[in-house]
Amino acid sequence: MSEKTYQVPTMAEKSASGESPEVLFWVGCAGSFDERYKAVTLAFVKILNKVGINFAVLGEEETCTGDPARRAGNEFLFQMQAMSNIQVLDSYQVKKIVTACPHCFNTLKNEYPALGGNYEVMHHSQFLQGLINEGKIVMKGGGGFRGKKITFHDSCFLGRANNVYEAPREVIRALDLELVEMKRCRTKGLCCGAGGAQMFKEPEKGRKDINIERTEEALQTGAGTVAVGCPFCLTMMADGVKNKEKEKEVNVLDLAELIAKDQGL
Amino acid sequence: MSSLPQILFLLVLGGAGYLLYRRISFLRKTIMLGKQVSRTDHPKERWKTMMLVAFGQKKMFKRLAPALLHLVIYFSFIVINLEVLEFIIDGIAGTHRIFAPVLAGFYTVAINIFEILAMGVLVSCVFFLLRRNITKVPRLSSSELKGWPKLDANLILWIEILLMLAILTMNATDQILAYRGVEKYIPLGGLWISGSMQWIFDGLSNNALLTLERFAWWFHIIGILAFAVYVTYSKHLHIFLSFPNTWYANLEPKGKMPNMDVVTREVKLMLGLQTEPSADEPAAAEAGRFGAKDVNDLTWVNIMNAFSCTECGRCTAECPANITGKKLSPRKIMMDTRDRAEEVSINMQAGKKGFDDGKSLLGDYISQEEINACTSCNACVEACPINIDPLAIILEMRRYTAMEESGSPAQWNAMFQNVETSFAPWKFAPSDRFNWASEINKDAK
Repeated sequence: MSEKTYQVPTMAEKSASGESPEVLFWVGCAGSFDERYKAVTLAFVKILNKVGINFAVLGEEETCTGDPARRAGNEFLFQMQAMSNIQVLDSYQVKKIVTACPHCFNTLKNEYPALGGNYEVMHHSQFLQGLINEGKIVMKGGGGFRGKKITFHDSCFLGRANNVYEAPREVIRALDLELVEMKRCRTKGLCCGAGGAQMFKEPEKGRKDINIERTEEALQTGAGTVAVGCPFCLTMMADGVKNKEKEKEVNVLDLAELIAKDQGL
Repeated sequence: MSSLPQILFLLVLGGAGYLLYRRISFLRKTIMLGKQVSRTDHPKERWKTMMLVAFGQKKMFKRLAPALLHLVIYFSFIVINLEVLEFIIDGIAGTHRIFAPVLAGFYTVAINIFEILAMGVLVSCVFFLLRRNITKVPRLSSSELKGWPKLDANLILWIEILLMLAILTMNATDQILAYRGVEKYIPLGGLWISGSMQWIFDGLSNNALLTLERFAWWFHIIGILAFAVYVTYSKHLHIFLSFPNTWYANLEPKGKMPNMDVVTREVKLMLGLQTEPSADEPAAAEAGRFGAKDVNDLTWVNIMNAFSCTECGRCTAECPANITGKKLSPRKIMMDTRDRAEEVSINMQAGKKGFDDGKSLLGDYISQEEINACTSCNACVEACPINIDPLAIILEMRRYTAMEESGSPAQWNAMFQNVETSFAPWKFAPSDRFNWASEINKDAK
């Protein structure tokens, strides 16, 4: 493994050498800029490398999908973003997209078609589940969490918004972890508090912050790991755990990080 | 003299019919204040949704106890109303239990079934009254239910209890009269529930029983007709509207927001993707305002949603903003939409100003604070037993606020600016977007 270096090819490079990659990894803004969440991007890219997927990213050519603008009411800005992204995607004849961000996933999958952007879009939980099912990822038990308790926090934009409930759970099951569900899970899952562009403003007046309510529920399960499949959920849950001063005992990790750890990547 | 009850009956029936007709026309007009939206695609899936969600009450069963109690009332409502057919024929023709000789033994079986169901309704209504007023289920005692909504909910339960008591009283006295050989009354050979109540009335004279039986009969039929009219003024419209409401429900993934085509045209012009509007497209000026300020900016489905709402509060009980003490309550969004639509419609009917009354849904009924608290998590949409979509209304109001008033919270305006200038919701240099890749081999083994 010592000579192993990971590659992050861009669409521009691939296209210059006349290659068309099998899948575009849409990194998203959090995946590109968020200090903590960049680790998830790296973990997923390492997995793609390890499995030998012919992928590429847009690099500097990627821009915000427009989701937060649309949710906050600014349709003009959303459509400007969407149309310029569609121009870029179509110029590379992209057919298939995978992303770790459920907000990007929802927008690319459900909202770009109305503006002429038609792609097969997968969330990384679905993509990872596929790799596990095909036997391309075989768990090694390297993460040191075999048999340990884990809970999964459903992202609203993956779950209720798109009915993806099982893929992330299949990934966790494959890791041989003991999945303990929170009382509010799947269709009844409680939001982390960041959806609908709430990530980008202070919450309205109230008794409590939503992420604290959700973190308390996650901590009640007694799980040492809170698994998430969304950059905003990761931030909100990690902040909640910190607020409860449990960051030494409880990890908040993305599904890709769990697999990367298992594989020793 | 003998035809007087028949004339009276026809008058009552006609009167109720007229009131219903007037109210239904009003409701139709009010719902149609909303904008057109086509919701007739995938008819097969729509029928299926209606059968499962409205008829089959699939989503009610997320909470078992209220689901079972509700099922008893719902099922009985449908079955017992078969008996209303006999009431109406008897009332018009001046007959008494016209189906009894025709159905013979089966008639007794049917009446026994009706009585068991009536008893079930009675018991369920008592439980519902207890839940609402004694054990105070949180979602049934929140502040937005103060006043009329709370009274409305209790009234319905009491009316149903009285109607069921009337049926049982009628059957009990009817059978005593029958076994005393009074003319017209037909012995049915054993009604279990009303039979066990006969001791209450045993001591009464034939005349007293006749009065009581007739009173119960009239009370029941007038009660049912009055109930039918009352329902159209009440949150209980769901007993009819839940069917079209589920049929016309959104079939798209819940995360998908409808595209604003009028914006698409302008954006295309701005980006130089399209040089002039094509002939079949209306000009932007005709499109009205962006987003929703008042009920006429919403679609007719949004307004139908509002009239279908039973105010059960399952949406609000699941709303993360509401759970953590924010002002937002999806149920209140629906109640406000309904109240405003009704207010405008009444104004218009009275020849008054209608929409130009200086009021609007956003501002006078629903505040910015409420719509700003929403996480668009779809918990309310998922929770609604009849597929009402409060989120759609909230998001349309955000569109109005952002695009017509530039009134979004300051931090959102900053986010908009970041997306415009840095192509990310945070203020980072676009040229740094790919910097993460340089870290990939840092700790490679």
